[in-house]
Amino acid sequence: MAEASHDELARVVREHAGRLAAALVRLIGDFATAEDLVQDAVVSALRRWPVDGIPDRPDAWLFTVARRRGLDVLRRENTYRAKLAQVQWPVQPEPDERLRLIFTCCHPALPRAAQIALTLRVVCGLTTAQVARAFLVPETTVAQRITRAKRKIADAGIPYGLPAAADLRGRLAEVLAVVYLMLNEGYLSSTETIHSQRLVDDAEWLAALLHELAPDEPEVAGLLALIRLHRARATARFGADGDIVLLRDQDRSRWDHDTIGSATRLLVRAARQHRPGPYQLQAAIVACHAEAPRWEDTDWEQIVLLYDMLLHLAPSPVTRLHRAVALRYAVGAAGAMAELDALAGQLDTYHLYHATRADLLRALDRPAEARAADERALAFTANPAELAILHDRLSWTS
Amino acid sequence: MKYVLLFVDTEQFAADLEAMSPADRDRAFERVDAWMAEHAGVIRGGSKLQGPHTATTVRLDAPEPIVTDGPFVEGKEVVSGYLEVDVADLDEALRMVRGWPGCPVVEIRPLES
Repeated sequence: MAEASHDELARVVREHAGRLAAALVRLIGDFATAEDLVQDAVVSALRRWPVDGIPDRPDAWLFTVARRRGLDVLRRENTYRAKLAQVQWPVQPEPDERLRLIFTCCHPALPRAAQIALTLRVVCGLTTAQVARAFLVPETTVAQRITRAKRKIADAGIPYGLPAAADLRGRLAEVLAVVYLMLNEGYLSSTETIHSQRLVDDAEWLAALLHELAPDEPEVAGLLALIRLHRARATARFGADGDIVLLRDQDRSRWDHDTIGSATRLLVRAARQHRPGPYQLQAAIVACHAEAPRWEDTDWEQIVLLYDMLLHLAPSPVTRLHRAVALRYAVGAAGAMAELDALAGQLDTYHLYHATRADLLRALDRPAEARAADERALAFTANPAELAILHDRLSWTS
Repeated sequence: MKYVLLFVDTEQFAADLEAMSPADRDRAFERVDAWMAEHAGVIRGGSKLQGPHTATTVRLDAPEPIVTDGPFVEGKEVVSGYLEVDVADLDEALRMVRGWPGCPVVEIRPLES
């Protein structure tokens, strides 16, 4: 199967799998069974469609397969079976019920890894094998996570539906954390494989869906903008030899400036609500980099300010380290060094801390100490190539 | 759906309670009483337990039953009470527990139906 057609398949499946899952959960009232039926239908589609072509009505095709399979597996469960036997596709496709699906998959009572696996499988229509490849874990591990999660949903009484108004903000944060992890895993993974690339596709698609379903939530818009700002510059991140190209050395003409512009406008609209959050702030930091015509034009003062706000909302020593890097360009190496010294206790085993320190010591003309710091950085990283990659992360954003 | 809420005390919590002035401790108990009253409609039963020094554990996986003094896991965290509640779903149980003003850990376990 050619890659282009694979992308097309993934796109079509993603568009319909979640809707079908939502419709089936409503019809038969059982999340785990509905999820199994959709997964079966998706697996069939991925087997048939490359041979037969994508059908004119992929949704009806998937439904027919899921229904046939459902009538088969639900033989002993007469109520489900009767419900399923009655229905025809399409079953009231509007309003979009996928939000219920997402909130259930990302319920805080489920472990994070299961939230991610379930969301990818149920909402994005990935197969277990595809989830496993994206996260470089054995397929059995993913299958086990899914099975356990579905059992917990049923046995522990995790509700299927939208959270109560009082819980909404916290629950949305949980969903966004799942999407953000997909971005991290896909975008920041050390090798740009096709699987990590698709994970970022899924993250963007999910964020866009969430934004469509919850247009007034500024953090949703912030996360969507963050993903698009990263992707807009993705092609310039790797050189001809596949090595990471550091931000300062990237060919900025290869960035997708239209996407950068629209993502920035999205972010500005979200900011007008005056409800800042970690995703909006991270996106704003990336936007500062993306909007600078040249490395020398970067607005470091603004970036430091944004990091200050980010640290206020979400304190973290690693974010402080990133701020120190921006500080170096805003006020100079000595000021950044003072910040780093303050972090010594917390980040002493983090190789990037020592790599950054080495850079600063070199800039301050303290070469012997710089070498010692470099050695310490190497002592905490197994692989020198990783050092370069992590360095790149550092110069981007948190 | 029925759940049991298992309330878990930590050494720190016990020490903090000990260190409180009588008036503060009274207020802490009042907050717990108020929480109980607020949720009286869904509480089906339960009790505070006496301290871990009163616990006796019997192990039956040995050739002969072994009786030992103390809780079955020796640790800094001990179950100090339980409530059975009857609520719609896990979300309702979670909302209840989020407002719990007493001990710092609560485990929510559904009952087998």
